[in-house]
Amino acid sequence: MKELRLMKGNEAMAEAMIRAGYDGYFGYPITPQSEVMEYLQAERPMERTGMVVLQAESEVASINMLYGGAGSGKNVVTSSSSPGISLMQEGLSYIAGAELPCLVINVQRGGPGLGDIQPAQADYFQAVKGGGHGDYKLIVIAPASVQESSDFVKLALELSNKYRNPVMILTDGAIGQMMEKVELFPHQPRWTIEEIKEKKPWATFGKPADGERRIITSLDLLPEKLEAHNTHLQEKYRTIEKNEVRYEEIMCEDAEYIFVAYGLASRICQKTIQLLRDKGIKVGIVRPITLYPFPKDILKSYASKVKGFFVVEMNAGQMVEDVQLAVECKEKVGFYGRTGGVLPTPEEVMEAFEKSFK
Amino acid sequence: MTEEIIIAGFGGQGVLSMGKILAYSGVMQEQEVSWMPSYGPEMRGGTANVTVIISDERISSPTLKKYDTAILLNQQSMDKFEETVKPGGLLLYDPNGITRHPKRTDITIYKVEAAAEAAKMRAPKTFNMVVLGAYLKIKPIVKMENVNKGLKKSLPERHHHMIPMNEDAISQGEKIVELVQEV
Amino acid sequence: MYTELIKPENLVYTKTKVMTDKELSYCPGCGHGTAHRIIMEVIEEMGIQGETIGVAPVGCSVLAYEFMNIDVQQAAHGRAPALATAIKRLWPEKYVFTYQGDGDLAAIGTAETIHACNRGENIVIVFINNGIYGMTGGQMAPTTLPNMKSSTSPYGRDEVEMGHPLKMTELVANLPGVYYVTRQAVHKPGHVRKAKKAIRKAFENTAKKTGVSFVEIVSNCNSGWKMRPTDANQWMEDNMFPYYQLGDIKVDGLFVNK
Repeated sequence: MKELRLMKGNEAMAEAMIRAGYDGYFGYPITPQSEVMEYLQAERPMERTGMVVLQAESEVASINMLYGGAGSGKNVVTSSSSPGISLMQEGLSYIAGAELPCLVINVQRGGPGLGDIQPAQADYFQAVKGGGHGDYKLIVIAPASVQESSDFVKLALELSNKYRNPVMILTDGAIGQMMEKVELFPHQPRWTIEEIKEKKPWATFGKPADGERRIITSLDLLPEKLEAHNTHLQEKYRTIEKNEVRYEEIMCEDAEYIFVAYGLASRICQKTIQLLRDKGIKVGIVRPITLYPFPKDILKSYASKVKGFFVVEMNAGQMVEDVQLAVECKEKVGFYGRTGGVLPTPEEVMEAFEKSFK
Repeated sequence: MTEEIIIAGFGGQGVLSMGKILAYSGVMQEQEVSWMPSYGPEMRGGTANVTVIISDERISSPTLKKYDTAILLNQQSMDKFEETVKPGGLLLYDPNGITRHPKRTDITIYKVEAAAEAAKMRAPKTFNMVVLGAYLKIKPIVKMENVNKGLKKSLPERHHHMIPMNEDAISQGEKIVELVQEV
Repeated sequence: MYTELIKPENLVYTKTKVMTDKELSYCPGCGHGTAHRIIMEVIEEMGIQGETIGVAPVGCSVLAYEFMNIDVQQAAHGRAPALATAIKRLWPEKYVFTYQGDGDLAAIGTAETIHACNRGENIVIVFINNGIYGMTGGQMAPTTLPNMKSSTSPYGRDEVEMGHPLKMTELVANLPGVYYVTRQAVHKPGHVRKAKKAIRKAFENTAKKTGVSFVEIVSNCNSGWKMRPTDANQWMEDNMFPYYQLGDIKVDGLFVNK
């Protein structure tokens, strides 16, 4: 039987952590995502599945608890919001360098600085272009509904382990706080010690009696060795770019203009395209689901077919640069964004589009 | 069917929980729903509002500028949201504390003396359920059996003994809702 | 000529197998090598090589994993107690320890140290205090003594300008999550024997799940202090020990009366 619930995005992600078989959650309270840990603690995950939940002293500690937990072979997750994610950047760089699978959730709010606690998408660059130091990539997935918020927590466990790479779910305060119908996926068990031994032989959970000791580090003092490691990482990222691009096309078959938006902005644009289609203007949406790897091929394929692209973001213009790169400036790329936690309305997006392409 | 609703009032009037019960009722009949609250400092004492959408189809934007229905429960909300009702749409309000009544002529207007009724029932906390009953009388978008299921799902177990009282309030709201103006 | 003496029954000392054969990268005379060795000997004697996970810091001992023949994670600067917390919580039957210097533990990692201690994590924290940043070339540490010279306090640590040396060990002893606190040294055989006993006690404690066992080792840094090794050891006895007094501070959760 289907398990249907009405849940906040934050609660759905927390429930999904238990059901997907995560071994540990480490986090620090920050609005608008505190429901994640609140929900987890109320659910007694230790009794439900043996999952560890710990409130850390800071986001710096949380991300390093992930580093320890992931390095020891366990499936671990943290969640935070923009300022907290900034604090985690050093740790994320270490985790990416040491190639540790884990999940970091950013329920974005308005910035820069302490900013506000309203929904925003201003951490796009930080998420997809680095954020921390060094050449590294996170796999970045952007849910647009509470259902996807739940499903992507499970997907992240698979992807992070498949590539030994940290995954970020990049969502926002609106999707975190809003409630929608969600169909919960069935429980999957946490990995057994045998599974960890088999799937993560590199992990540090005690030197095998008949094998070599394991070391988790991101340090390589010899430049040539470090370059070889970087080359390996880049090859891995190319594989991820080949295999893991995800996007959704909405009403694109006959579209003369393509909107590009992700997360909550893509939901707002769905209303906008209804309004525009009511006026007889043929518009569709390409919604990137993975922000890294970015769905550039599909956008490029539309470049010769449509009259223009229109990017809508809850920031001053970040993903728009990737869209421009993807379409190689073959078509006009318009942009509309609101910042500081202000949500664009479907109507004002329509006006901005009409102004851009009149 | 798609119904886009804004519910607005003071924090503490049960605006958010009324929206939640309505949304859960939609889930109980396997419809698509979204419930988008104003959150943060606004929640703590000031005005609160929530956008609820119930639809047979996938829901696009969970935040809106125009609504099919506005349920407005204080003066600030009236000032802010009267203009957001789509022409031909519905405005439902409680006249308690309202000094400037709605002026629109292109929308249907109902009123419900919910605060007074809840006080009369000696259950002021069921105020929001009186309003919900009034709304569902005008627009029965969810079946009453699903509302009852929604109530059970939304209220914590320790409050389940209060469900009959809430159900009474809902039927009371159905009875006392009054038409002010029909388009 | 003495080859006939090399027989098992004449063996008086052998390097533990829990140390690798990698040559130590530490300066001659440095205490790190001895500290590494006694921890690894304890692990060997307790038979827990396969059950122990170490967490290395940033600092001179950043490469500790090269020498310790156990599973090791190398942490970001100051974060070792956070890593150890997660590892121990997720693998509650394993032995988990951090190995940290004074900059790592008492400056950049103060928050992680205090909170891991306060939560009473069932881990061992080994704290090497030599009053200076060795790896980066002799800068002032939180534990640098009053008037002591370093490359960033070239005229001596002015306590008014630069703050006071931080007695982290006394500080954490006050936390109820900390079960065992002791300060040791490894520059002379007698001290090494005592320090090893302390390390053993600390590891045994973690199996009892009674909270943090915290072992400070006051050590030298002849390169950073710009002294010959023997002079450095003498200077340590004359200056460090009076400020950082050796001995047990808290045993079995109770303060030791002195």
